[in-house]
Amino acid sequence: MIDEQKSKPEKSRIAILTPDDLETPPLSLTQLAWRRFQRHKPAMIGLVVLALLVMYALGGSIFYSEKFANFNDTSRRLLAPTSEHPFGTDSIGRDVLARTIYGGQISLLIGLTAVIVETVLGILVGALAGYYGGFVDSILMRITEAMLNIPEIFLLIVMAKYFGGKIPELDIFGRTFSGSVVVIVLIIGLTSWMYLARIVRAQFLSLKENEFVLAARATGTPNIEIIFRHILPNSVAPIVVSATLGVANAILSEAYISFLGLGVQPPTATWGNMLDGANNYLESAPWLWFFPGLLILLTVLSINFLGDGLRDALDPRSRTV
Amino acid sequence: METASMEYLLEVKNLRTLFHTPEGTVFAVNGISFHVDEGETLAIVGESGCGKSVSMLSILQLIPVPPGEIAGGSALYRGRDLLKNSEREMEEIRGQEIAMIFQDPMTSLNPVLTIGRQITETLLTHKKMDQRAAQKRAVELLDMVGISDPAQRLSDYPHQFSGGMRQRVMIAMALACGPSLLIADEPTTALDVTIQAQIVELVTRIRNQVHMAVIWITHDLGVVAGIADRVLVMYAGYIVETAKVTDLYENPCHPYTIALLQALPRVDRRRDRRLKSIPGAPPSLLMEPLGCPFANRCEHVIEHCRESNPPLLPVDKKNHSIACWVNVRTGKPR
Repeated sequence: MIDEQKSKPEKSRIAILTPDDLETPPLSLTQLAWRRFQRHKPAMIGLVVLALLVMYALGGSIFYSEKFANFNDTSRRLLAPTSEHPFGTDSIGRDVLARTIYGGQISLLIGLTAVIVETVLGILVGALAGYYGGFVDSILMRITEAMLNIPEIFLLIVMAKYFGGKIPELDIFGRTFSGSVVVIVLIIGLTSWMYLARIVRAQFLSLKENEFVLAARATGTPNIEIIFRHILPNSVAPIVVSATLGVANAILSEAYISFLGLGVQPPTATWGNMLDGANNYLESAPWLWFFPGLLILLTVLSINFLGDGLRDALDPRSRTV
Repeated sequence: METASMEYLLEVKNLRTLFHTPEGTVFAVNGISFHVDEGETLAIVGESGCGKSVSMLSILQLIPVPPGEIAGGSALYRGRDLLKNSEREMEEIRGQEIAMIFQDPMTSLNPVLTIGRQITETLLTHKKMDQRAAQKRAVELLDMVGISDPAQRLSDYPHQFSGGMRQRVMIAMALACGPSLLIADEPTTALDVTIQAQIVELVTRIRNQVHMAVIWITHDLGVVAGIADRVLVMYAGYIVETAKVTDLYENPCHPYTIALLQALPRVDRRRDRRLKSIPGAPPSLLMEPLGCPFANRCEHVIEHCRESNPPLLPVDKKNHSIACWVNVRTGKPR
């Protein structure tokens, strides 16, 4: 970005302000943010890669049915990639390509929904603590700190073990999800809201001192509306960034616990439990871990780049247009 | 002064507001009493930190508690004590009955909401209007405060308005529900002089149109002369002088008011003379003063001033009172 600024001489920026141009409406905040985002090359690459991955996971189901992804034929187990099975087959003869497609759907779904749980919780806790302060703040923040003190992976494992298998299978959009998907979403959401709560609280602590909050109160606006309609929209930028990075974390967390065999249970595939299945064949059948691993890597990397770009684009202090 | 309290729109009695800070208790407002009639304009003047804004915020229960504390007194609005109201009841009063506009229009509008949203909000919550009626009313309001193209501008954000325009929007928001009392907390301080004049003119015009009482907080005595019916002069959390605006300018009686008026530049005076300033600084509000809070800066100070704080007592006419032990004209105790 610095290079670009240098390459543009100062003169041209002044020349922009011709009377004709002044007639055009000023750019909205969203347009400015989008411009800044486009300047962030890694973020744009991340966005494109992510879009391709989503297309891969969703579009792939046109070519392969879920039945095919779960169909096993032990006579063709552990086949190396061929034209018939481009990503090879796994230890019980399922097609790895089809499983990465359906696993991707589950992994992305878990990432997104876990972040929704995380964001709702984090915003609620952070907003109430920050806005009301005092006693409410103390209680909520002590709970947050207590949660932060427990190592996340421990919490995940214990909760996965405890809740695993207690929720029956679900039918959503004509597909059957193992109940463990819901469990995983909930426990990832329940163990990751603390950082967001702290961010939101800090935002509220500073934003509530603004005169527009006093002005809103002076017109008789109820507290709930001040919290959610006046202050929350002002802190959207850090929340969006945090939630974006949260998707990557949730996908990784899902991979952890599934790799440990506590996550989503087969036959429902996820990138995480495909790695679990590859555990015994690290050297003899590398295609088992290579493809799901690569997909996780690409997803997490591009989401992180995306989050990075969003952070720069939504930062009110960055004035580069 | 002895008339029944029901006649007043707002009657504040003996209001005391404290702030408990790590440095100690700040005595921000120390037992002030005043009243506002229907349709009247009352100006409150005084230097920064003398309790003007805090007393108004106390009346609306907008003081942050803690550290703030309304330690006593009452604020009867149409005979009902606002200080005893619950938060829910105050939400009904604020905006509907008593509206307030603030000093800095740059920060008192929410930067991420369109001004249409911000104006219609009060209408939707208080008047239970539907979206379309609220939009229509918002256009009327913007038109009334002199914003051109009001229908188009509803979807604009605050950063697309200039300072004076934003203050007009603030006024439109305040007027949305037709309040009987508008508290204007230094609404012109952050604006330049020509815009100030426009805003003063605007508020005066609207006040006459809708017969609304106004409390105008300012430290600009020039604005006061143009707009107010009566004036309160505050110092260190006390009311030191109250009079009709003409009386105050013709015959100021409290040494502080006299000093303030002398510190004002005037076009009909010789330019080469230096303006008179008041020596010293206002007292710390961390303790209640034993004597008169102005004693240390006063030209007319006598022994008694340092021993006991003077109450607000009538001077000559029934509406002119000062809190001073000395008759400034003669220099003798009164």
